[in-house]
Amino acid sequence: MTARIQLPSGARRGEVIEVRILIRHPMETGFRFDGDKPIPRNCINLLRCLYNGTEVFRADLSSGIAANPYIQFTTIAEASGELVFDWIDDEGVQGMERAALLVSG
Amino acid sequence: MKRRAFIAGALLLPLAGPRLAAGEAPGATLDPLLWVITRGEVVRPGRVRLELPRLADNGNAVAMKVSVDSPMSAHDYVKAIHLFSERNPQRNMAVFYLGPRAGRAEVVSRVRLAGSQRVMAMAEMSDGSFWSGSAMVEVTVSACSEGN
Repeated sequence: MTARIQLPSGARRGEVIEVRILIRHPMETGFRFDGDKPIPRNCINLLRCLYNGTEVFRADLSSGIAANPYIQFTTIAEASGELVFDWIDDEGVQGMERAALLVSG
Repeated sequence: MKRRAFIAGALLLPLAGPRLAAGEAPGATLDPLLWVITRGEVVRPGRVRLELPRLADNGNAVAMKVSVDSPMSAHDYVKAIHLFSERNPQRNMAVFYLGPRAGRAEVVSRVRLAGSQRVMAMAEMSDGSFWSGSAMVEVTVSACSEGN
């Protein structure tokens, strides 16, 4: 599993910034068939974002989210540091991706 | 006379039924899917803005934006946004947990829709109240159909 995080190149302290993540994942619904054989459901069911160690966003996802899930939310730029995303799918496979954020002022 | 009294009573009965606050989203309190979250608390329409295209060519990926009218301060913020589908086999689509550090109560994603339907977003506030907004989408090619 791979993912891409998009952050602004820099932010002022206290600024509300947009955080975007795109994860490569089939988000298999469990309602599709391979010939006669049902393809088991396999979705990312939990996605978290930690900003310098503190959780700032979390999502319970399901087959209702499109394949290669894209999630965008906002957070207040408090200090320079790191945003760490981690997630887990129905098969128990975990993923992680991080991005640095530079905060001035 | 007895019969007349009975009929009059029967007509009044629905009013004494499950509590429905004025302006409440129809059926919201009673839907078991919502009830497990709200525990019977009323879900009022408003403050939630759910944006979906009116017409979606492909139900496999439909752009979705949900925003909630909230100051997002330390004491008044959106705790969670629940997304429900009317027609998908999996009706609870997603839950987004926010907090005062979000700055704005706004989430963008892409959803799957199994056919034309109404999609509903319900916001759970820090004061324990629930608000909802919905959007109607016409889907030309449904997700979960053959050949996907």
